[in-house]
Formats: sequence, C-alpha cells, structure tokens
Amino acid sequence: MSNESSMRRVTAIRNGTVIDHIPAGGALRVLDLLGLRDGASVPVSLVMNVPSKKLGSKDIIKVEDRELNGDELARLALVAASASVAIIRAYTVAEKREISLGDEVVNVVRCTFSNCITQHPREPLPHRLRVVDRAEVHLRCHYCGRPQDLDALVKNVI
Amino acid sequence: MVGLITMEDLSNEDVIEVLDAAERLLPVARGEAYLPLLQGRILGNLFFEPSTRTRMSFETAMKRLGGDVVNLGDVSTSSVVKGETLFDTVQMVDGYTDIIALRHPRQGAARYAQDAARVPVLNGGDGAGHHPTQTMLDLFTIRQAHGRLDGLDVVLAGDLRYGRTVHSLSHALVRFGCRVVLASPELLRMPSEIVEDLRASGGDVTETTDLHASLAAADVVYMTRIQKERFADEDEYTKVAGAYKLHARDLADVRSEMIVMHPLPRVDEIHPSVDSTRHAKYFQQAFNGVVTRMALLCRLLGVDVPGGEA
Repeated sequence: MSNESSMRRVTAIRNGTVIDHIPAGGALRVLDLLGLRDGASVPVSLVMNVPSKKLGSKDIIKVEDRELNGDELARLALVAASASVAIIRAYTVAEKREISLGDEVVNVVRCTFSNCITQHPREPLPHRLRVVDRAEVHLRCHYCGRPQDLDALVKNVI
Repeated sequence: MVGLITMEDLSNEDVIEVLDAAERLLPVARGEAYLPLLQGRILGNLFFEPSTRTRMSFETAMKRLGGDVVNLGDVSTSSVVKGETLFDTVQMVDGYTDIIALRHPRQGAARYAQDAARVPVLNGGDGAGHHPTQTMLDLFTIRQAHGRLDGLDVVLAGDLRYGRTVHSLSHALVRFGCRVVLASPELLRMPSEIVEDLRASGGDVTETTDLHASLAAADVVYMTRIQKERFADEDEYTKVAGAYKLHARDLADVRSEMIVMHPLPRVDEIHPSVDSTRHAKYFQQAFNGVVTRMALLCRLLGVDVPGGEA
C-alpha cells in the first residue's frame, strides 16, 4: 500500500499537524506525551499498524487546529524519533518540522526514580536526561544516573 | 570546578596518582609529620544524613593538612528544616568555603550540588547511588595489601542492592581488570542496570547466593551489612542474614594473603574472632579514609603533594 493511500485512511485535515512514521504501536504513547489522550479539546485521528516502506508498519496521528511547538517536538522525539511532522494549513503542507533526539533532553520530562533529588518540587535546576543510546532511546537521569523506563516517563511530562 | 561525584570522574591513571599521593601523606595522617598544604582553605561539611567515619575522616584530613572545616551541623536545627532547597544551601556554603563534602539521602544530590556550586564537591554518599571517596580508600587498602589493583579476585557480599559503597567499588574493580563475584540474598542483589554496565564494560562478573563457596578463590572479601528493615519479617531476615556472616573458622581454607574488608559499621556480619586473624583489614581501611581524603582534597584544590615525580 502506498504512503498516500495510508494517509487517506482518515479524512484530510484543513489545519493542524500530521505526525507520520510513528513506529507501529507507539501512537498511544505519543498521545500521552502530547496530552492528547485525556481532555484534548481538538479532534484527533489515529491510524495504527498501516504498512510503511520505511518502517514496515507505522502509526499516524492527525491533530486538527493545532500546530506542534518546539517543546512538543522535543517530547515527540522521546518516543518517535523517526516520525515526520507536517504542519497543514488550508489542506496543504505548509511546513515540515524535523524532530531529532539530541544528546540531552532538558525540562521535557522528570526523572522517574522516586528518590532522585529532582523529585523535590522546589529544587530549581533543570530536569536533565542524558541520551545514552539514540537508536534504542535509552535515557539516564543526569543527576541520579538511573535508566528511564519510557512507559513511566510519558507520565512525567513537565 | 570539577569535583568527585562518581568514579567516572577519575581515569585509572588519576586513581593511581591519588593513591600514590595518599601513600606519601601517610606520615602526615599518622601525625608523625606536619605538612600544612591546605592552610587557609576551608572545607564545608554538608551531611544531611548521619555519618561517623566519612564526616570525621574528612574533618581529620583537612585539619592534618592545616586547613579548617565548617559543618552544616544537625539537619534538624539548620535552615533545611525550614524548607530550604539543596540548591540554596549549596549556594550559601559555596560562598563560605573552598570545597564541599556532601552526604544526602537523595540519589543524584551530589551531581546536583556540583551543578549549583562554583567550588568542587566531593560526594560522600548520595542515597543508594555512589560513594567514590569510600571507593578510593577501599582501593588504597587493596593495593596496600596486594601491591596491585589489577587481576584480583574480589567477592562483594551482603546488601548489594542498597549498598552504595559496593556500587562505586564494583565499577572501579572492573576497570582495573578484577574478577568480581557478587554474593547476596536474592532480595538484595546488585541492581540489574549496574550488573549490565559492568558486563558491558568487559567485566568478569558472577552472581551467587553462596558466599562461603566463594571464599577459597578470593583475594579480597568485601562484607557489607544486611539491614533488618529490608525484610518483611524478622524470621526471614534471620534465615537469610545467617548465610552472610563470617567467623574465623570460615577462613581455614582461604588464600593466605586474602583480606576481609568492611565499610563499617558492622553489626554481626563479621564475628570478632576474625579481628585477630591476618585477614582482617577493616580497621586499617577506616584509617585509610583519612589519608585518601587528604590526597583527594589536595587534588581537587589544585595543591601538589610533595615527593611525586616532577
């Protein structure tokens, strides 16, 4: 199945964001990270496990009337670094935004370890997670050094 | 300024340099010579958790070298009880002192303090995280007994899950090519991420629940305390902890040069009958805390210890 026909499984949106090439099964984590699962005020369409030349199979999310900002792209990089993001205006792709996981994720999510110094709510230094393996998305807290579980991490969005 | 937060902050060459400097400082640590290398310098001791050996040995180390010490004092009477953040406390002490020694119940506190401070921070233990100055004195003790650090067979025994001393030490031992046996009850096994790290860096690491079967092939047996409160009930504790105790009679078939170490305080994991054997090194180890911390204070304050190679 071509990429275009995959995209057409749901209606084209007039304005908003299309997140394509999410690794299959990752869409729900993306919704959690972007705060779109509970209490989203805009229409969200979700397609899961469609064939993809690049990934074998993939998920796609379309968010209407909302353009993802830089912070949201940084969050997205945690769970779907391979994703591509298109900003749609008047039914056409107005802009493509690159996402990439850098060496460090700063003030995007909090360390998941309950005894980390950063759990103190008034400590002012930034929340910093080191990226130790970009391909496998292995992260460790800069301060306590604990490895981070992605499923737990998506609940710790700042 | 770079402090000492984990053993990753020191290369193997750095470790050897510090141990060599500590060796040269032995007469000063014993009070046989006076060498005021740190005169005019002030150490800030920030201990947010109880400590006897670490706090006192930092204080002794500074004073033996002519320096001075200010203490945070009892946490329950300091500004911490009023809700001051670690960041603010460190900012304040940073202005008062030239170097900080920190112990804190939360993991990552030392790295956090180093990011907040201009002066170097020495990690004196952060939660179940790291305790690198203890590791340095452990390595000093091992080298003192065996004349080398590389290629030794080391058994780490007891509470490997919560014991920060063994977390830091295991990394250092693997870096020096030691074979490491981790002997602990199932409940208190070394955290899996640490075992994975050790193996990923090429470490020869074995896990076992049988301490006594590991004794015969060991050059070093490093005991730690198993705390009652880690177990659901006292019966379970009694059953498990009994297998991680050493008595002099257990040492009949060990290597003649094998040493028994312990970060102290001990409860009953090393029977007093071991104290009078040639294997017992734990009190020597506690003394070595002074001399290695002297060498570390000098290094982080940029002061050369005389007698090294030019």
